[in-house]
Amino acid sequence: MLDIQRLTKVFNPGTINEKLALDDVSLHLNPGDFVTLIGGNGAGKSTLLNCVAGVYRQESGSIELDGQRLDRLSEHKRARHLGRVFQDPLMGTAADMEIQENLALALRRGARRTLRWGVTAGDKAAFHDKLASLGLGLEERMSVKVRLLSGGQRQALTLLMATLKAPKLLLLDEHTAALDPKTARKVLELSERFISEMGLTCMMVTHNMRDAIHYGNRLVMMSHGRIILDVNGGEKHKLTVEQLVQMFSANAGEEAMSDRMLLG
Amino acid sequence: MQQILLGAVSLGLLWSIMTLGVYISYRILDVADLTVEGTITLGAAICARLITNGHDPALSLLFAFVGGTAAGLVTGLLHTKLRIPALLSGILTMIALYSVNLRVMGMSNMSLLRMTTVYSKISDWLGLNKTMSVIILGGTVAVGLVFILYWFFGTELGSAVRATGNNPNMVRAQGINTDTALIIGLMLSNGLVSLSGGLIAQSQNYADVQMGTGSIVIGLASLIIGEVLFGKRGFKSRLTSMIFGAITYRIIIALVLRMGMPADDLKLFTAITVALALSLPRFAELRDTLMVSLKRRQRHA
Repeated sequence: MLDIQRLTKVFNPGTINEKLALDDVSLHLNPGDFVTLIGGNGAGKSTLLNCVAGVYRQESGSIELDGQRLDRLSEHKRARHLGRVFQDPLMGTAADMEIQENLALALRRGARRTLRWGVTAGDKAAFHDKLASLGLGLEERMSVKVRLLSGGQRQALTLLMATLKAPKLLLLDEHTAALDPKTARKVLELSERFISEMGLTCMMVTHNMRDAIHYGNRLVMMSHGRIILDVNGGEKHKLTVEQLVQMFSANAGEEAMSDRMLLG
Repeated sequence: MQQILLGAVSLGLLWSIMTLGVYISYRILDVADLTVEGTITLGAAICARLITNGHDPALSLLFAFVGGTAAGLVTGLLHTKLRIPALLSGILTMIALYSVNLRVMGMSNMSLLRMTTVYSKISDWLGLNKTMSVIILGGTVAVGLVFILYWFFGTELGSAVRATGNNPNMVRAQGINTDTALIIGLMLSNGLVSLSGGLIAQSQNYADVQMGTGSIVIGLASLIIGEVLFGKRGFKSRLTSMIFGAITYRIIIALVLRMGMPADDLKLFTAITVALALSLPRFAELRDTLMVSLKRRQRHA
């Protein structure tokens, strides 16, 4: 499935602000893996996701998806295989376009954009059912501009857009961090439902240790641009927040552990 | 007076095509594209050159459009591939076009007096005077373009262009090449501006290398007037409001000139109008802050 080999990423190389964000990271995902990726600020979690998505180019190493060299493609070409949800609820949708127009853009991910009409009657019927499955009442507001939605609604919509055309790999980059706890829970549950229903392979970055233990079948902890823990299946579900904190403190050094990781 | 108004309407219709072009770059792509100052002259120059050489005036408009798209392509490539800031990319193409326009005309201005233009053809055909034939042709082209643009921006490709101006990050995540989308938008925008320049040159019977100076400000003034006065409901009404905005601008100008403002002060007047219109949101903000602090002072008093 996803095969990351010896990935290194340096920000601002050769300057006083040089930072080694990824230090020789290797990670292999099996089909159907739901990996939660945890670590402190600046551990390299989001950088790893952004390297896979093509936002950043690595200094060395390789990224393969199903045997294809992903890292040789530009960001928009990689999008054919990837579904992405971002931390900022404003980032995943076009605010001045309608809900159905946003969905139509997502439905044609990986396809050539032609001069055919953007939102067809068939699209609308399909979107109606999909939106109804979110349970937010958005199916009655399909021609409303996304600008008018709340952060949680926008994030749920982005999640739907990311999975509308089943991606080979779903990348969730702290996608609930900007939401209030109740909404965050709801979006997380939606994410889990989509992942299990569609049998998706997923990498989810989170700050929250409890979520990292509760969701997914595999937990990866990063610190200083390295992977310091990678546990699977039954072993993962036996983990406790205390154990994670201990492991984290032993490795992280001066790296900040935010309250959010424990309480959020 | 009626003659002045009709003249303003006819000129407004021709400039409304340019305003639609500015709407695409400024509102849809969210780019202040200064290329248009050069492309409006480019369209005029191409038409003047082709007509003088004995070519069909309608065909010359087609070439004007194509020439404009080429200018938009250059700005787009400078911005996306060479990463030059959008504003500067536009300025570079605009300056380059000054020389190109001189080359096309071979002189700094060309007269089209007593030559066949699209309007003289319509006048002969329908037996109308010049102003009426400008209104008929300008109106047909402007309204036709509103329909074409409405259709285009509703297609998959057009939606991709709109989304690129709105949120390029999201667009890339949906597998769309934002560079291509931006270039398509800039080509379309400059094509329309150049077409407008060709139509203007044929109506005033001359092309001048200076005629584009300040045109972006005129375009923006028309755009803002259109948006403020003529509705924002729906995309079709926004496009249509560009036509009414351009006409209203021309009527305002005709009126202030008639009231005795020297023509030399026109550009200053337009610039001040646009500066005021663009700063309206800031004034509203200041007013709100003032109201709040006044209320607080009253309470404490």
